[in-house]
Amino acid sequence: MAKKVPVDDKLGYNNFHTDESYAHIEINSDFKDEEEIRKVVLACPAELYKYENGELAFNHEGCLECGTCRVVSGGKVVKSWNHPYGEMGVTYMQG
Amino acid sequence: MSEEKFDAIVVGGGLAGLTAAYCLAQAEMEVLVIERGTFCGSKNVTGGRIYTHSLEKVMPGFAEEAPLERKVTKERVALMTEKGVVNIEYASGKPDTPETASYTVLRSKFDKWFAEKCEEVGVMMVPGIRVDSLIKDGDKIVGIDAGGEEMYADVVILADGVNSLLAQSIGLKPELKPEQVAVGCKEVIQLGEDVINQRFGLEGNDGLSMLVAGDPTVGNIGGGFLYTNKDSVSIGIVATCSDIGRVDVSIPDMLERFKNHPSIEPLIKGGLPLEYSAHLVPEGGFDMIPKLYDNGVLVTGDAAAFVINLGYTVRGMDFAVESGRLAAEAVIRAKAADDFSAASLAYYQKLVENSFIYTDMKQYRNFPKLLERHEIFNDVPEIADVLFDRLFRVDGKKPVSLPMFAIDEIAKRTSASKLLELVMVALDAL
Ligand SMILES: Cc1cc2nc3c(=O)[nH]c(=O)nc-3n(C[C@H](O)[C@H](O)[C@H](O)COP(=O)(O)OP(=O)(O)OC[C@H]3O[C@@H](n4cnc5c(N)ncnc54)[C@H](O)[C@@H]3O)c2cc1C
Ligand code: SF4
Repeated sequence: MAKKVPVDDKLGYNNFHTDESYAHIEINSDFKDEEEIRKVVLACPAELYKYENGELAFNHEGCLECGTCRVVSGGKVVKSWNHPYGEMGVTYMQG
Repeated sequence: MSEEKFDAIVVGGGLAGLTAAYCLAQAEMEVLVIERGTFCGSKNVTGGRIYTHSLEKVMPGFAEEAPLERKVTKERVALMTEKGVVNIEYASGKPDTPETASYTVLRSKFDKWFAEKCEEVGVMMVPGIRVDSLIKDGDKIVGIDAGGEEMYADVVILADGVNSLLAQSIGLKPELKPEQVAVGCKEVIQLGEDVINQRFGLEGNDGLSMLVAGDPTVGNIGGGFLYTNKDSVSIGIVATCSDIGRVDVSIPDMLERFKNHPSIEPLIKGGLPLEYSAHLVPEGGFDMIPKLYDNGVLVTGDAAAFVINLGYTVRGMDFAVESGRLAAEAVIRAKAADDFSAASLAYYQKLVENSFIYTDMKQYRNFPKLLERHEIFNDVPEIADVLFDRLFRVDGKKPVSLPMFAIDEIAKRTSASKLLELVMVALDAL
């Protein structure tokens, strides 16, 4: 795919008000099942799950609040999931 | 505020919640809408095309004034392979009535407008606050807790969408299963009104709705969509969560794949991307509908899984609106009897059962089973592609008879028994 636009660039189109003091999603970094991790990495539209050298890293900044990671991981990779606090997170202007 | 008690608290200012609140306020009830977004619509994503019939009942003539995008006059359904496409285009040409019309819509703009309409009729809107939990008194829901602040009401209407953590928290519904939901991933790309009219063969305020099966999801259950807005297009993919990982292509890459398809790329070329969004779609259908009420609480819209996805039409918004209206009707009746028990609110369930929500969802009850068949997303677009290629390619060599060629191509991909099985599932689903 020659003209693939990086997801990071796409997140740049949006308005975010990231809550630095509260992570609305928490992952289970001890969870090591690669197949489950692979699914969550492929699933997140914002590509926030990064799996490198056997380590899964996650940061909620740029989260589109869809809930896909929670549903796909069935409580395994994602330890807890909530909506961000009011006014926090993404603000869609189109929708 | 904590001293005050409302007639109703609505959690979620999407279409379901706003409709419920609008109807309640019109019946002179004191109603509060709590929305976690900065404004109503700021968290909401749809495809989208709204079928107006249900909102027309609530607010006759709303389409005249609402910020709708374009009136859908052209339907396109496409079967895609990696490079090829079979398009079917349909324009009925028949005039629409306000009840049969449908429009493309951008929810951040639409819901914002709708919230203003609600305020005009006396709804109290509280945006920017997340409801953390429901307050119980014995076995009855009596209010909500938002960041430690408690607010009370005779009834709480849950209109908090597909990720209804609140309905889950009180055991009305279980956690979503991967096969029951799809993730939608979307971009809004600005092209300008004239460019849209030229590229899609449209005039004035006419619009196109396009739904695609096959390549965008690399044969996974799901598909692509494209809707023309006034001066932008909404383009995206919807992919069932249980299929994620079946192929090595990520959700964001499926969208890129769709955008770069030879038949799509020229349509969006040179556009200015305005937004990138994602949202879940409940697709489990009739069998996914949870219990809709309990003591002091009702569930509406996506939270109640009121969506049908048939591939060529997606409906959730008209259901959300209708369920909001019916919830309001049940609450008005409960208020008259001063009885907000489960037995009284069961009336809502009855209203839903007698509405088009149930009839339509029941009719397509087995459709999710049909969509589970990967043949539809893999083999059908491929077979269509080779057949059309055969039909239109002239190379001066001896032609093969088309029926024989078709039988051969189908046989390559599936057995007679599998084909028969698919036909049986399809008959059952439709
Ligand atoms: C990609 C995609 C394409 C679609 N295409 C179509 C289409 O073309 N036509 C169609 O009819 N339908 C379509 N649908 C379905 C349709 O969008 C939904 O069915 C509809 O939006 C549901 O409305 P709702 O009011 O129930 O939920 P939502 O619109 O999701 O509203 C829920 C609201 O609750 C708020 N909320 C949630 N939790 C809390 C909390 N704890 N506290 C405070 N507020 C909270 C949210 O911020 C949100 O505003 C599509 C959906 C998607 C994702
Ligand atoms: S909620 Fe959606 S966008 Fe956010 S981390 Fe999960 S999958 Fe990614």
